[in-house]
Amino acid sequence: MSTNQDWPLWEVFIAAKRGLSHKHVGSLHAADSEMALENARDVYTRRKEGESLWVVQSKYIFASNPEENDAFFEPAKNKVYRHPTFYELPDEVKKM
Amino acid sequence: MDDKELQNRFQAQVDAEIKIEPKDWMPDAYRKTLIRQMSQHAHSEIVGMLPEGNWVTRAPTLKRKAILLAKIQDEGGHGLYLYSAAETLGISREEMIEALHSGKAKYSSVFNYPTLNWADIGAIGWLVDGAAIMNQVALMRTSYGPYSRGMVRICKEESFHQRQGFDILYTLSRGSAEQKAMAQDALNRWWWPSIMMFGPHDSESTHSSQSMKWKIKRKSNDELRQDFIDATVPQAEVLGLSLPDPELKWNEERQHYDFGEINWEEFWSVVKGNGPCNRERLAARRKAYDEGAWVREAASAYAKKKKEQTIAG
Repeated sequence: MSTNQDWPLWEVFIAAKRGLSHKHVGSLHAADSEMALENARDVYTRRKEGESLWVVQSKYIFASNPEENDAFFEPAKNKVYRHPTFYELPDEVKKM
Repeated sequence: MDDKELQNRFQAQVDAEIKIEPKDWMPDAYRKTLIRQMSQHAHSEIVGMLPEGNWVTRAPTLKRKAILLAKIQDEGGHGLYLYSAAETLGISREEMIEALHSGKAKYSSVFNYPTLNWADIGAIGWLVDGAAIMNQVALMRTSYGPYSRGMVRICKEESFHQRQGFDILYTLSRGSAEQKAMAQDALNRWWWPSIMMFGPHDSESTHSSQSMKWKIKRKSNDELRQDFIDATVPQAEVLGLSLPDPELKWNEERQHYDFGEINWEEFWSVVKGNGPCNRERLAARRKAYDEGAWVREAASAYAKKKKEQTIAG
């Protein structure tokens, strides 16, 4: 019996409109990139969800480890001064 | 961390409505329950294409045919979303397909009933998809991230399925006496299988309480069934058709419809493989898979050849 065991997994990204960034929507199996694009079109854009598709083999995506979130994202935690709301403007300044 | 601490942290995450993602630690039984439920759900989408496929070539108009094809194509897509989501738990597509084809995995029993006339397509869309939507809307809030996201996508696409079914029955119920009788006949046959879709009573359901604690399930079988009946009865009145349950009536005190007892003997008999179409459905699945083998082989061979050419070039 033949199976598609040797077909890699692909992650699918769609840009809803030209100018917007591509967003992950799901995954599928396909023999090659051409088939992955065509399947992604059939499966993920049946209702005009996008104007541009990317497919990337899942094995090329490296993910951060949720177990290490605390340490990994620590650098952003104590830097509230990166947000404009940190600064109090004198009332005389109407707009900035 | 030891197992007990991991368990506690996991349950705390679930209780706080923080989604569980594929790389998170999870209890083995949680993983197993999800694999079982999600693969069954995927199989139901795929097998669910078969009763409707029966009427594609005999749809009464080109418009109805195009709509039915689009609905069936959606179901293929929904099966794929669910298989992909289940694969994030570490089971392969082949293992799931094999479990379906060998009869080891279940799919929704409702698809083991035959589609005898065109009105059945209306009844399936309105009732079977309606019941599925009721279940799936609750599952949008399920604790496992990939499953929840799949449900959001499916629910967005599926409400057209229910409306097209209602539209078929609405048209028939306003047609000739014969057409109205056809719609009534379909309703008589599909009503009980539809409300059976929500499964056994909560008191009889083996996996329910743990699944509720893990927030895999967000509403119990009996709650969902009641919601569905309450939503559906007024729609049947609009159709001018009657539902085949003499005990069905509004209960002012409960603010819900009362309804008769399901024939559980029939329910379990179909679950165990003895429904009118169980064998036919599985045989059709296996045939489609086996006869598609050459297509998969050709695609693999073509991909391999192209890759070699790229390397050589």
